[in-house]
Amino acid sequence: MSDTIKITVIDREGVSHELEAPTDMNMNLMEVCKSYELPVKGTCGGMALCSTCHCYVQTEHELPEMSEDEEDMLDQAFFVDDETSRLGCQLPINLELDGLVVKLAPESE
Amino acid sequence: MIETDILIIGAGPCGLFTVFEAGLLKLRCHLVDSLAQPGGQLTEIYPKKPIYDIPGYPEVLAGELVDKLLEQIEPFHPGFTLGERAETIEKMEDGRYKLTTNRGTVHAAPVIAIAGGLGCFEPRKPPIGNITDFEDKGVEYIIKDPELYRDKRVVIAGGGDSALDWTIFLADVAEEVTLVHRRTSFRGALDSVEKVMELNETGKIRLITEAQIVGLNGNGSLHEVVIKHKTAGEMNKETDHFVPLFGLAPKLGPIADWGLNIDKNAIEVDTFDYSTNVEGIYAIGDINTYPGKLKLILCGFHEATLMVQSAFKRIYPDKKLSFKYTTVNGVQGFDN
Repeated sequence: MSDTIKITVIDREGVSHELEAPTDMNMNLMEVCKSYELPVKGTCGGMALCSTCHCYVQTEHELPEMSEDEEDMLDQAFFVDDETSRLGCQLPINLELDGLVVKLAPESE
Repeated sequence: MIETDILIIGAGPCGLFTVFEAGLLKLRCHLVDSLAQPGGQLTEIYPKKPIYDIPGYPEVLAGELVDKLLEQIEPFHPGFTLGERAETIEKMEDGRYKLTTNRGTVHAAPVIAIAGGLGCFEPRKPPIGNITDFEDKGVEYIIKDPELYRDKRVVIAGGGDSALDWTIFLADVAEEVTLVHRRTSFRGALDSVEKVMELNETGKIRLITEAQIVGLNGNGSLHEVVIKHKTAGEMNKETDHFVPLFGLAPKLGPIADWGLNIDKNAIEVDTFDYSTNVEGIYAIGDINTYPGKLKLILCGFHEATLMVQSAFKRIYPDKKLSFKYTTVNGVQGFDN
């Protein structure tokens, strides 16, 4: 299982979920959350065009730099934290993310 | 009253293609959509994004696909009610359905096809506890008539094109314009950004960046907003209007109240003909759900095609329907 990583997702009620995510399936964090049926809508399908997968990254992992699309979308989102806010769909699952902890942002509508 | 054979709710790709398949069976269609232009998400959210899974098109821009669909259905002269949200449905005595929009436009048809995608696009409302108390009492999410702001004090929030464009426009209309944005950079068109910076430097508007509106105060109508700056903390600002411009987000909206079986924001259908639990009402495309459902334009086209066969039988129970290939028969449009 060396190609699987562990991720912790804290839901909006504060409950921690330990997820195992495959690194060879071209998945992103939003998709992993959805596959575990966590309350992440992923309305736009992963195009950084809605903010339903908005989350706060709680660990110091090296993350891909934010694209302009992601910055733009976070501009339209609410409850944004300048330091930790990311869109789950823009975080591809790879071995470097092993041990990542994220907290789901509140739903704004 | 607008009368047709199939009333399609939602003018996205799936709704548009329904017109074609219905037209081949000599059924007329009329589309209702809350957006001002046809195309749904494709034109509203990602017109410049490429799509790679439309058969026969290795790559097509979303906006281009909508243009092609409009061209394809043109021979069937579909009607459009745009910029209006389908609000209520009631069954009439003759068995047809009457659909009324939020602006009071009335339509009648024996068949309703809901191709509503993600739902209606509505403005995102900032999470300020009492914001609904001030709606139309100083808080507006959409600027309908700029004259409302003449010689008034306006606070606009947001960092996109609409926030920038309205800031520029209202600079000449309103007594005072303040633009509040969470970051120091803007994502809008470069010349709009430059114009806003220039207006700020010349004192025509006031730009407050790294700040958000976190509170609203007033007695009956809006009196002031509370602005929270990243480092400087909170300050109150007197204003007549607060206009938060944070784009649009889809909501299922009134469809949820039409007596249809709904599971997780999607309408349950029978995959035999994509009919809902209410006779004569069908649901196709992203808005429906069934075992194995995939939200793909491709699948919506398939659903639309099967759905119109069933719609035909409901509209003309005694007529024989023969399946024809367009290659053999061509496309016979309507004369008017």
